[in-house]
Amino acid sequence: MTPEKTVKSGDVELAVYTWGKPGTKAKPKPVVVLVHGYPDAASVWKDTAERLAKKYFVVAYDVRGAGRSSAPDHTAAYGLEHLVNDLAAVVDEISPEHPIHLVCHDWGSIQCWEAVTTERMQGRIASYTSISGPSLDHAGYWIAQRLRRGSPAGLAQVARQLGHSWYVGMFHLPGLAPLAWKSGLDKLWPAILEKADGVRPEASETQLSDGVTGIKLYRANFARHVLKPQERRTDLPVQLIVPKRDKFMVQEIWDDLPQWVPNLWRREADAGHWIQVSHPQLVADWASEFIDFVVNGKEPTALQRARVRPERTGKKHSGKLVIVTGAGSGFGRETALLFAEQGADVVAVDINLEAAERSAELARLLGAQAWAKRADVGSAAQMEALASWVERELGAPDVVVNNAGIAISGSFLDTSTDDWERILGVNLWGVIHGAQLFGRQMVAAGKHGHIINVASAAAFAPSRTLAAYATTKAAVRMLGDCIRGELAEKHIRVSTICPGFSATGITQSAKFVGLSEEQQAERRDKVTNLYKRRNLKPETIAKAILAAVEHDTPEVPVGAEAHGLRLISRFLPGLSRRLARVDLAP
Amino acid sequence: MTESHANLSDEDLQRFREVQQLAYRCAEAIGARLTPGTSERQAAAHMKTWLLDHGVDDWFHQPFAWFGDRTAFRGFIGVRHMGGFNPAFYPGNRVLEENMPFILDCAPSMGGYTADIGYCGVVGENKLLDRLMDDLMEHRQLILDLVKKRTHLSQVSQAVDRLCARQGVEPRHKAYPFQVLAHRVEKLADDGEKQHTTIMNFGVRNISELIRDRVKGLREGWSPLWSSGHGSDHPPTPGLWAVEPHLGFRDVGAKWEELLVVTEDDAFWLDDDVPHVRRWMQRGLWQQQAA
Repeated sequence: MTPEKTVKSGDVELAVYTWGKPGTKAKPKPVVVLVHGYPDAASVWKDTAERLAKKYFVVAYDVRGAGRSSAPDHTAAYGLEHLVNDLAAVVDEISPEHPIHLVCHDWGSIQCWEAVTTERMQGRIASYTSISGPSLDHAGYWIAQRLRRGSPAGLAQVARQLGHSWYVGMFHLPGLAPLAWKSGLDKLWPAILEKADGVRPEASETQLSDGVTGIKLYRANFARHVLKPQERRTDLPVQLIVPKRDKFMVQEIWDDLPQWVPNLWRREADAGHWIQVSHPQLVADWASEFIDFVVNGKEPTALQRARVRPERTGKKHSGKLVIVTGAGSGFGRETALLFAEQGADVVAVDINLEAAERSAELARLLGAQAWAKRADVGSAAQMEALASWVERELGAPDVVVNNAGIAISGSFLDTSTDDWERILGVNLWGVIHGAQLFGRQMVAAGKHGHIINVASAAAFAPSRTLAAYATTKAAVRMLGDCIRGELAEKHIRVSTICPGFSATGITQSAKFVGLSEEQQAERRDKVTNLYKRRNLKPETIAKAILAAVEHDTPEVPVGAEAHGLRLISRFLPGLSRRLARVDLAP
Repeated sequence: MTESHANLSDEDLQRFREVQQLAYRCAEAIGARLTPGTSERQAAAHMKTWLLDHGVDDWFHQPFAWFGDRTAFRGFIGVRHMGGFNPAFYPGNRVLEENMPFILDCAPSMGGYTADIGYCGVVGENKLLDRLMDDLMEHRQLILDLVKKRTHLSQVSQAVDRLCARQGVEPRHKAYPFQVLAHRVEKLADDGEKQHTTIMNFGVRNISELIRDRVKGLREGWSPLWSSGHGSDHPPTPGLWAVEPHLGFRDVGAKWEELLVVTEDDAFWLDDDVPHVRRWMQRGLWQQQAA
């Protein structure tokens, strides 16, 4: 790569590279500045920059001591304040009028934390996307707070982070690290990266000098900031990209960040430390999504989900994504709300969008992020559309509650093929679609998720008036038992919930075959009243669903009648068959 | 309009309206004065003093105040016991905090005319309360529409229950004595006395009227206690009804209460110039509904 221009920062000359065309006065374009880490140079951004340049004017520069920029001799010249001055010089030159968007990695991120939390560049930065480089001062507080609290978990986190940072100590030993670079580490470096991180960036001509000189970054700053940290805060919008397989960082290092950064978004990727090399498209997509949001104020779904809300942490289901079908009423709505109360974000799915919207709104009032989606669970196409929206915008869910169901009652001989198709579609195919589509997503994302299928006590209680309904529910129960076996090795759990008689919308919309519309209405009211008197609340079923997730219970009967019918079907099958002959219709 | 509404003249209605406005002015005045640290009992006492200072001479019930989760009538306060009489209704020692919802409820009589109002608010901000107060608008319209159509009162109450289910909120008026959505209010004799007897905070004369209505209703096939139950399986009875839908979601409750005037063939709210309607107008919800 050839530098586009050279920018002077004090005595230091910085090599600056650009991609794309700058905006004009009439049509300004966001400017993105990329800052690289150690032991890299601006070239590490090449693939990401090319992608970002389709929408933005993109700038990267070799940090002092790296690439084609000059390298002062004194260690003190590598202090963070000088690095911030360098960034300011580049920004003043490239975008004197409009604040820029920062995307930084590793040491680039460390120095940019200094830039966004101190006064030098106030008003010059619009947003900050930080990858794998914490503020050294934040890290200092992070360690100090854990040592002070002395809890075993906290101490273990510190020990693990120090374990990941072994090289930092080495870098402080005189002679050793430079010697390593000079003895051929620079030649080996690409192979080491490939082995450790699975990335193979273009070999850099300046790898040796980058490696040797960059050690001064550590020596000039580490002890100074980590051991005597200063409070570093910013109100700027900050997006944190966390590569989950980062070998230099424990993920807990970011846990305290909300205390310094109130406007924080956090996204995790299944990648190693050099994510901008291994996944340039992903980094470009996430960076541009964030930049666009900061520019136009419209927060896309993925960012809504990624927003860090400290008040939502520490609850039983914090951070989880829960999909609930039939969430517009009854068990589904209560389940969505209960999960929302316990820290999860929810997607409320219902065939009635207005009802789903209302559930989502109530969930939001309980503090959750919530989305409403319309889908007929019996339709493969609609469920596929739903699943791909979820995967694209929110990622694989942690919990899927296949709850949507309808009821048909009456003589088997009078039940039409249409009736059968309708009830099989919702009650059985709905569960098949939900479990399969989201189960696949869980497996692909390596998620140890939970699939909940809502069956019924009718699953084990035959009845002459419930042939269609009970058959679908028994099938759901068997389906759950089978896929539980298959998914166990993927650490995906499956639970079947078998509620007793609970008054929900299902009794009010039930179909009674062989009866006139008027008779049906009357029957509906009677059944609803009967169920009301039974007083098994949807909230009770919702609580049972959460408990099933928390305790990984394979089958959960809810209500005394459900337990009783289950026992009868098991131990007194003869009685069960006798009871099936009784017409229980009120 | 000179026709009578169950023996109520236009002048009577005007006097009822004035007392209702007075009661709402009281709730607004005391509500505006509430600060964190005030207890329910203090708030209720402030209302009582304010109303007595403004000429009130009797009560349907003396002022109530509920703060925080007590607005939602859950737990003990929501338990039906002692034949519908629930001592947890009485204002207690709960102290108001920032962003805590409150409900003020008072039912003063003056010169034989009675009001029964409910007013809710918050010192600070409470989004759940805002939501519930917005939701209550549909209930006001629904109740009026159905009563105008002479729908049986039990069915009106059941329609309110269904609307609650659709909204995902609980009809917390089910925790009131006899699970009432509304109750009758009658005109009393103006005996010129400056004060009247109350027992356990309830005005003896007003409660006597209610009991008299109950006895009369048993004969005539109607009930002065309007609920979803069979007792209310009858067309709207002409006269005045204090309607009080009370919605609850989790630890927050909201209500309004006003007099509905039912005539032989029509119904209307005694007064549209009440705080909750003004609030809906301010929030731009009211016009939409009228359209």
